Order: sequence, then structure tokens, then C-alpha cells
Amino acid sequence: MIGLAHLLTLSAVLFAIAVCGIFINRRSVILLLMCVELLLLAVNFNFVAFAWYLGDLAGQVFVFFILTVAAAEAAIGLAILVVLFRNRISINVDEFQLLKG
Amino acid sequence: MRHEAILLAPLCASLLVALGCRVLPRMLAHGLPIAAVGASALLSTWALADQIGGQPVAVKLFDWLSLGGLELSFGLLIDRLSALMMCVVTWVSLAVHVYTVRYMRDDPGYARFFALISFFTAAMLLLVMADNFMQLFVGWEAVGLASYLLIGFWFKRPSANFASLKAFLVNRIGDLGLLLGIGLIAGAAGTLDYAEVFAGAGPLAAREVMVWPGISWPALDLGCVLLFVGAMGKSAQMPLHIWLPDSMEGPTPISALIHAATMVTAGVFMAARMSPLFEHSPLALSMVLAVGATTALATGLVAMVQQDIKRVVAWSTLSQLGYMMAGIGVSAYSVAIYHLFTHAFFKALLFLAAGAVIVALHHQQDIRRMGGLCRRMPITYATALVGGLALAGVPGTAGFFSKDALITAVSRADGPLGAYAGWCLLLGVAVTAFYTARLLLIVFHGEPQEQALSSASAGSSRSSSGSAGPASLEPVGAWMLAPLVFLAVPSLLIGWFTFSPVVLGDYFGGSIVNLPGGSPGGGNLSQGTLDFFVHGLYSPVFLLALLGGAAAWALYIWRPRWRERAGSVLRWPVRTLTLGYGFDMFVERAVIPATRGMARGAAEQADSRFIDGLLVNGLARAVRWGSGAMRRLQTGLLYHYAFVMVTAICLLIAWVVLVLD
Repeated sequence: MIGLAHLLTLSAVLFAIAVCGIFINRRSVILLLMCVELLLLAVNFNFVAFAWYLGDLAGQVFVFFILTVAAAEAAIGLAILVVLFRNRISINVDEFQLLKG
Repeated sequence: MRHEAILLAPLCASLLVALGCRVLPRMLAHGLPIAAVGASALLSTWALADQIGGQPVAVKLFDWLSLGGLELSFGLLIDRLSALMMCVVTWVSLAVHVYTVRYMRDDPGYARFFALISFFTAAMLLLVMADNFMQLFVGWEAVGLASYLLIGFWFKRPSANFASLKAFLVNRIGDLGLLLGIGLIAGAAGTLDYAEVFAGAGPLAAREVMVWPGISWPALDLGCVLLFVGAMGKSAQMPLHIWLPDSMEGPTPISALIHAATMVTAGVFMAARMSPLFEHSPLALSMVLAVGATTALATGLVAMVQQDIKRVVAWSTLSQLGYMMAGIGVSAYSVAIYHLFTHAFFKALLFLAAGAVIVALHHQQDIRRMGGLCRRMPITYATALVGGLALAGVPGTAGFFSKDALITAVSRADGPLGAYAGWCLLLGVAVTAFYTARLLLIVFHGEPQEQALSSASAGSSRSSSGSAGPASLEPVGAWMLAPLVFLAVPSLLIGWFTFSPVVLGDYFGGSIVNLPGGSPGGGNLSQGTLDFFVHGLYSPVFLLALLGGAAAWALYIWRPRWRERAGSVLRWPVRTLTLGYGFDMFVERAVIPATRGMARGAAEQADSRFIDGLLVNGLARAVRWGSGAMRRLQTGLLYHYAFVMVTAICLLIAWVVLVLD
């Protein structure tokens, strides 16, 4: 039987993978965006799991809001990425360090 | 109101002339100060007349400061002591003002000079009329400032600048002592008002102050010694005397007014004013006696070998100040003040006469280039002779009464110190007579040296303005001669009228305190004025004076050849005296380099290295290093920021979960 613990573990694993993706990824900004999406998904998974566990639909409703925001965010992120690529002809994260002190 | 006017008249005149010194016509530039000082002199005389047979007047002017429990105010205290001083200051000042009209006639700083001497007169009056210690100190510093400005009056001369700075700096040492003394009194007595402090002198004498953890001294001993250090600076007692001879760089009227008659006697006046305190401190009195007697003899000896007419008189002033201080030291305050009083007249007279000679000889000050002036400047000669006789203490003159009384008072002092002081003053009489006679004989009787020198040097320096022949004496005029005559009268005669009440009688009343158990002071010196005079004719003092005068006559007129022989035999003593015992040399070679070294050390080590290097630049370096370290954190890489953010969130959550729950 699948319990709450399994669901939360899966969510934590997803979250950890996303965080590691952000830390370790040295190549492309697209991967970074994907990792951010994954983070959100992990959180969503938590919402769903707790909604199921507590029998409260409010958590599942929240998931829709988050998905909507995430979609908008992804659209804006990709748009910025396109502009960035036009300017720098690169999407390599290592090259984006204008803020280096 | 008239008491305030005494002080305010010269002050207002000074301000007016100072503000208008570029636009005022000459008539006003000297007219205003002379009128103001004249009015002040008349009012002072009125005040003095009131005081004889009257009660002391205290005028409260205004409150100045209130510091904790310490109230400082400005007020005038006119008692018999200050009234006498006011008369001396204003009348001598008036004579000097009038004299200045001619003396400074051709000087571009004419109005400035009048503004300054009026300011000085006001400051001196402020000092003399003070009714509390703080006001005394204000006046004390103000006269010091006036002295500084006037010594350096010809500020284009490096020597004048040097001399004015020297006077100022040496006086700082004394002023520090005075300020510490005042502070100590303020701390111990809780007030600075004369009347209150003096009333509490008895309990104050029993108190002790801690000068160092574990070491306590009687408050009054320490206070009086410190006050006397202040007096040593202002009254030029050894070893703080070195500024006075150099102060002769100032114009001669200043030397007469400030550096002979009034300001330098402020220390004596102050000590007499503090007599209720000094009476309780035998230690301070002994110190005063030792310093005064030493100064009296040692500086008199130096005057014997000086070649500059003004410096001879200046060193003699030092010697006379030593006499006054010695009088203070044996509690003979009234006699010391009396000597101050007569000395003001005859010493101002001598300085003004010297100034007349200097002007007549086209600003020649070297007595070796003077001589035979007695027929060509008869009035100057006559008045200078009067001044000289008074200085030497010839019976009948004003100087005789005061100086003989002083010597008698000091000779009664007990113990080895008293004997030492007595001998110093006695020998000083012969020395005084010697240098006075030497000065007068060389300048007025000797061969007309100037002609010989000028004709000898005419070949080498024909254009030199100093080599004018004796045929062209500059006329000195009535403006300069009138003050001489005016001062000669009291120098000659005033002893006959004032000796009996001031020295023999109880003129000073309550303004000077003598403890009954203390030394006899000036009391019971003689039966009467005439008796004192007759006694003086037969006293060893007069004999010594005659000896001194005769020695000068022998060496400079009768047998000039002896002088050379004496000079060669006594080469080293004469050299020592010419150098003034090497005080100046010591200061220039040891004190000044040491001070400079310390200043340089402080500048290089403390300032440049520690403050600039370590504190100011060090702080900047630390910030720079710190920010350099901090900027390494700003890599600009997204995943580093993300890492920090996530880690921080994790830590925050851990903190909330683990610690706050």
C-alpha cells in the first residue's frame, strides 16, 4: 500500500534532483529553467499528497494556480532566454557572470 | 559709574582707534587715547583720595559663568592697594602716551601703536581692579597679549618677532603655574572670589591636596608656589627672566610702560594681593625670598657689562623686580608695593630718557657710540640724573625710601636664607649704583665717542645713516621732554610725602594681611620720614652705593686704563655676565633642540605613524582588504547564488524547527 511517506519521499527526491541540477549544471540556462520547473513540480506533489492525505481539496486547487504561474514563468523565462541568446550568442551559464565582483 | 569709567575709557579709546586706524586723523589717533587715559588717571586719583579714610568699594559688573558650584563674575575691587596701583598705571601710562606722540611720529603704525598701548592700559587696570582670581587671570593674559603685540610692533624685523615670541612662550610657563594655582584654589576653596577665599585662608591652610596617589601636600603651600611661578613668568624672575632683555626690541615707550613700570610688576602686585594666602605658606615665602634675592643680585651684575642702553635699563629692571620679590618673601608686602610704586616712576623715567637719547642720536642704542651729551641735551640729562639717583637709592630720592626700607626689612629675616637674601640685596646696592653711574657717565659725560667712530668708519661706509656726526642731533621736542619732567618730579620728591603713611603707617589697612606671628614685615622700620632720611645718610647701604658709583667713575672717567686691565683680569667673569650666565645659550642649545626633537618625534611617530598610518590609513586599508575578501563571494555565477539561497533556507528551517520549537 502506498502511504504518505512514499509520496513525500518521492517529492523530496524530485526536489533534491532539481536542486542538484541547479548546483551542478554548468552548461545551459535551459536546463536551469527545467530544474526550476522540477522544483515547482516537487512542491506540487507535496500539495497533492497532503490534499489526498487530509481529504482537503484546497491543496489540489492550489496546484492549478501554481501550474498556471509556472507556465507563465516558463514563457517569460524562455523569452528572456531568447533575448539573451541574441545578445550573447550563448546560453552557457558559466559565461553569464556580469555581476562578478 | 566713575569706577567703571576708569577701566572703560582706555578700552573704548583703544577700540575706536583700532577700528579707525586707517582713517582717523593723527590728532584723533593720539588725542582720543590721551584724553581717555588722562580721564582715567584723574578718576583713579579721585578713587585713591576716596580710599584714604574710606572703605573699600566693590562694584559688581556682571556674572560671567556658572560652572557647577563655581560662580565666575566680573567685578571691580577698589581698595587702597588697587587704588594705588591704578594711579601708578594710569599716570605712567599718560606720560608714556604723551611721549609716544613724538617718539612714534614717523612710524607708519602710529594709530596702531596708540590703540595697543590704550588696550594695554585697560588690560592692566582690569588686572589690578579684579575682585576674583579669574578676572585677574583674564587681565594677566590680556597684558601678556599686549606685551606680545607691542614687542613685535615692528613686525618686519626678525629679531622683534623672535623677541615677542620668546616673551610669549616664556610667559606661558609662568601662566601655566598661575592657572594651576588658581585651579587648585578653586578646587580647595570652592570659590574664586578674593574676599571669600581670603576669609577662608585659615581653614584652607590646614587642608591637603593629593598631588600623586599616596602623596599629599598642604593645599596652600602648593597653591602659593604655583601662583608664584606665575609671578616669576610675568615679573621675570630667574630663571624665567630671559624674555625681558629681549623685549627691548619693542619701541622704547613700551619698554617704559610695560617692561618697567607696570606689567612686569604685576607679579609683585599679585603676590601682595594674595598676602592672606602667602602668609599661611612659609614655604612659598622662602621660595619667593630665595628667587627674588638671587634675581636682584645676579641680574644687576649682568647690567654692569651690557652695551645697549635699553638693555642696561632692562637688566636693572630685573634686578629691581628681584628686590620687590625679596620684600614679598619676608612678608614686607607694603614695602614691596612701595618700591613698585617709586620704581614705576623712576624706571619709566630712565627708559623715556634713554628713548630721548636714542631718538636724538638717530636710533643709536650702543652706549659705546654715545658720550658727552650732558651739555647738548640738558633737560634729558637732568631728568635722567634724577632717575639714576633714585635708582641708585641716593638718600632723599623716591628710590632711596623704598629700597632702603626693603633692605632693612629683608635684613631682619631669620636663618641662613634670610642672611643670604640680606647680603644679596646689600651687594646689589653697590652693583646698582655701579651700572647706573656707568650708564650716565658714559652717555652724558664721556668722550663724544660717536664722532670718533663715525669719522673712522666714514671711509668705509660713507652712506651709512648711523654715522651721522654729533653736529646733527635730532631735536626731541617738548612732547618728549614734558613726560620726562613730569616723571622726574615724583622720582625725586614723592618719597617725602608717601613714605610715612605707606611704609611706616598702616596705609594698606585690610588690603594686605600680615599674620601677627609671622616675620616683622615692614612694620617699625623707623620713627619718621626725616629720621629715616638722616639714618640713611650714615647707613652702610648708602656707603655701598657711593662705592659703586665711585668705582664706575674711576673706571670710566678718571682712569679708563684701569678698565682695560680689569677687563683682562676678569675676562671670564665679564664674559659670563655678557652672556647673561648662559641662560639664553642653554635655552637655545638645549631646551629648544630638545623641544624640537620631541615635536619631531611626536610628528613622525605619533602623528605620521600612529594616527595617520595606523588609524586613518589603517582603517582604510582594513576596509579595502575586507571588501576585497567580500567581493570574492560575488562570483556572478547563478548556481553559486542559488546554492547560497538554498543553503540559507535550509539553515533557517533547521533553526526554526530545531531551536524555536
